[in-house]
Amino acid sequence: MTTAATKRIGRPDGAPPRTPHGRHFIALCGGALGFCLLLVIGQVVLIGSQGLAYFWQADLELFTLDDGARLLGEVTARETYSPPDAAGLVEKPARIQLHVANRDLGASDFVWVDERRIVARTFPADAALLQRVEWGDFHGFVRRLRRGEQVVAEGEAAWAALLARVDAGDALRAQLQALEKGELDDVNHELEKARLAERRVELDAPAAPERERRLAAIAAERTRLDARFRAIAERTAALRAELDAEVVDLVTASGQEKSLPTGAILSAIRPDGMGVFAKSGLYLRRVWEFLADDPRESNTEGGIFPAIFGTVLMVFLMSIAVVPLGVLAALYLREYARQGLMVRIVRIAVNNLAGVPSIVFGVFGLGFFVYGIGGTIDSLFFEEALPRATFGTGGILWAALTLALLTVPVVIVATEEGLAAVPRAVREGSLALGATKFETIWRVVLPAAAPGMLTGLILAIARAAGEVAPLMIVGMVKLAPALPIDRHAPFLHLENKFMHLGFHIFDVGFQSPNVEATKPLVFATAFLLLVLVVAMNLTAITVRNRLRRRYASSGV
Amino acid sequence: MIQKSLRPSHAPPEPRTVGSREARTPMPDSPAPPDRGANASDIVLEVDRLSLYYGASRALDAISLRIPRKRITAFIGPSGCGKSTLLRCCNRMNDLVDGVRTEGDVRFDGVSILGPDVEVNELRKRIGMVFQKSNPFPKSIYDNVAYGPRVHGVTGRSTLDAIVEKSLRGAALWDEVKDRLHESALGMSGGQQQRLCIARAIAVEPEVVLLDEPCSALDPVATAKVEDLMLELVKDFTLVIVTHNMQQASRVSDFTAFLYLGKMVEFGETDELFVNPREKQTEDYITGRFG
Repeated sequence: MTTAATKRIGRPDGAPPRTPHGRHFIALCGGALGFCLLLVIGQVVLIGSQGLAYFWQADLELFTLDDGARLLGEVTARETYSPPDAAGLVEKPARIQLHVANRDLGASDFVWVDERRIVARTFPADAALLQRVEWGDFHGFVRRLRRGEQVVAEGEAAWAALLARVDAGDALRAQLQALEKGELDDVNHELEKARLAERRVELDAPAAPERERRLAAIAAERTRLDARFRAIAERTAALRAELDAEVVDLVTASGQEKSLPTGAILSAIRPDGMGVFAKSGLYLRRVWEFLADDPRESNTEGGIFPAIFGTVLMVFLMSIAVVPLGVLAALYLREYARQGLMVRIVRIAVNNLAGVPSIVFGVFGLGFFVYGIGGTIDSLFFEEALPRATFGTGGILWAALTLALLTVPVVIVATEEGLAAVPRAVREGSLALGATKFETIWRVVLPAAAPGMLTGLILAIARAAGEVAPLMIVGMVKLAPALPIDRHAPFLHLENKFMHLGFHIFDVGFQSPNVEATKPLVFATAFLLLVLVVAMNLTAITVRNRLRRRYASSGV
Repeated sequence: MIQKSLRPSHAPPEPRTVGSREARTPMPDSPAPPDRGANASDIVLEVDRLSLYYGASRALDAISLRIPRKRITAFIGPSGCGKSTLLRCCNRMNDLVDGVRTEGDVRFDGVSILGPDVEVNELRKRIGMVFQKSNPFPKSIYDNVAYGPRVHGVTGRSTLDAIVEKSLRGAALWDEVKDRLHESALGMSGGQQQRLCIARAIAVEPEVVLLDEPCSALDPVATAKVEDLMLELVKDFTLVIVTHNMQQASRVSDFTAFLYLGKMVEFGETDELFVNPREKQTEDYITGRFG
C-alpha cells in the first residue's frame, strides 16, 4: 500500500525503494532485546533448575555387573562415549554415572559404568541411605542394631529401631550444641576476659599490693570458671557417650561390612520405598536445612546459613555507610559547590572511581581500614589482646566500608541526577517563602530527590552483593560458623570474620575435595545468591515506588 | 508574626466599580522624587532610580516608582522589557542569579532592602511571591500551605490547621480541597495549583504579594478565578502583578507601570494610563500598534 501511494505522489521511477518505517531496523532492535531476554531467562532457568534439583532424592538403584560386582547408588548422568574397545562398533556404547557414596570404603564417590556390563538393574526397597556426620552418605543395607555386643534388634526390626535412635540422636545433638554454643561458649568468653585482665595487669604494672589484689581476683575467677568448665565437660561427655551407645551394623551392596555408632547418623531413609508425597516432604526439609544449618565437612555438606547471614549483614552495613556518604557528597557537588572547572574534574574523577577494578579497592581497604584504622584502634583500645589483632585484621566492618567506597560513585551519580531533576521553580517557591537554602534543601529538595537516592542504593546493593574479590583480603573467610551477632555484649561484633555466598560458591565449586559431589551445591548456592539480590533489590524498589507515588507528578 | 484578619471566602465579594476605585486615596504622582511623597505612609514599596545589570548588559535603567499599600499595581510591557526583573528585585530573588549588580535603591516601608545586611529570609517572608508557572512542592496540599509557617517556626498542630484553613479560604480553594488535604498537590488542576501557590504565599501573612504572570499558563476560566481572587486579596495585601495581558491589567489593577527596554515609560492610574496615555509609546503598545 505504501508503494502505491508513493508512486502516485510522484516518486521518480527506478529510485530504490525506501524502507518506510525502518522496518528492518526495528526488527534488528527487537531481535537484540529478545536475545538479551533469552540470555537472562536462560541463566535463571539453568541455575534454578540445576540448583533446585539438588534437594530432590532420587531412587537408589542396584546394578549387578557381568563380573558379579554389585553397585548401589543414584544415577546422576548418562552419556555415550568412545572406549578403546569400541573402535569397530557402529553404535557408540553408553555409560552411566552412579553416585555410590561410601567414601570411607570405596575409592570414589562416583563411578562410571559401561551399560554393556550391566546384567541387572533393580530398586531394592530395603536399600538405605544414611546421612553421616563424616564421610558423606552411606548406601547399603541395615543388618542389626546392638548395644556393645548385645543385639538390640535385627532384620526389619533393626530399621525401625535405627529410626528411633536417629531421632533420639537429633535431640541429643541439639542438647550438645546448646551446651557448646551456650554455656561452654560463655565460659570460654569469661576465660578469655580473665586472660585479657591478667595481661592488662602486666601492661599497667601497678604497685605490688594493687597488683597482688588484682591477680588474686583473677585467679579466683579462673578457679571458678575451671570448675564450671569441668562440669560442662562432664555433661558433654555423658551426652556423647549416650550418642555413641548403640552401634548399627551395615553391609554395602558389594558385601563390605561397616559398623557405625548411631550418633554419627544424621538421617536415615529408604528412598526406593518412598512415594512422591514423602519425597516432597523430604525435599522441603532439605531446603530448610540448606538455608538454616551450618556447613559441615569443609562446606561440602550441610547448610549455608552463615554465608547468607554474612552477605545480608555486610550489604546492610554497606548501605548504612554508603547512603549518607554518597548523598552528602552529591549535595555538596550539586547544590553548594561553585560549578566550574574544579567541580567538573571532581565529577569526572568520581565517575572514573566506579571503573576502578574492585580488587584495587580491596587492597586499599586492607592498607587503609585494616592496617591503618584497625591497627590504630587495636593499639589504643585493645592493647591487652595484642599481638592478636582485634580490629587490625579483616572483619565485616572493614569489608562493608571497602564496598561502600566501591559503590559510593554510583550513589553520588544517581543522587546528583535526582537533585538535578528537582525543578528550579520548586526551589524558588521555597526561597520566596523565606526559607533558607538549607531549609529548602532539607525540606523540599531532598524528599523530592529521594527516589533518585534509592535508585543509587539499589545499584550499590546489586553491585556489593556480588563482589567477591575485594572481600577476600578484608575479612571474608571460608568458614566462620560464629555469626557476627551473638549473646555476648556488645552483641554485634563488627570485627568478626564472616562468610559470603559469592565466595562460598567459589570455595564449594573449586576448592572442595569432592568437586563432583558439590557441583549441584554450586548451582543451589548461586541460585540462592540470585534470589537474595533480587529480594534486596525488590525491597528497595518497593520503597522507591512508594516514595514516587507519594510525590506523584501530574505532569502539569 | 504580623496579625491580620483574612476575610472568609464565603462572604459575598463587594461589587467592584470604577467609582469605588476612585473613592480611594489619591495616588501619588509618578515617577515622583522621594521628597514629594505627601502620602508617604501609604507607600509600601519605593523603587528609587534602580538600575540592574546582568554582567555587562543593563536590564533595568534608572527606574523609579512608588507602590501604594493595599492596591494592585501592574507592570506591563513587551517580553524582555524587565518587568519580571523589576518584580524580583522587590524580594531579592535576583540574588539567586549569578553576576547580578544593582544601582539605586528599593525601600520597603522606608527601609532599604538591597543592602548586604538585610535579612533576606525575613524580607521574603514579608514580601511573598507567586510565580508564572505554578510550583507546588511535591507534598500534600496541607504540607504545601503549612510549609511557610513551619519554616518560620510554627509547630502546633491546631495552629497550623487554622492557618491552612484560613489561607485556603483566602485563596478561594478551601471548598474544593477540604476533603483531600493530605493528597498530593501535584494531582490538582493547573488553576487549582496556582491558587494553592497563592494560598501558600499568604499563609506566612506577608504584607506584599508579588505575582509574576500568575495566569499566563491558565485557561480563561481559571484566569477569571485568579483575577477575582486578586480583587479579594487586595483588601488585606498589597499586590504587584506582572502581566502580558493588557486586558488583565486594566481589569484588576489600580495602577499600571509600562516598561520598555528596561526603562519605565509611564506609571499612573490604570484608567488614566489606558484611556489617556501621556506617552506615545504607551499608546502604541496598548493599542497593539507596537512592533
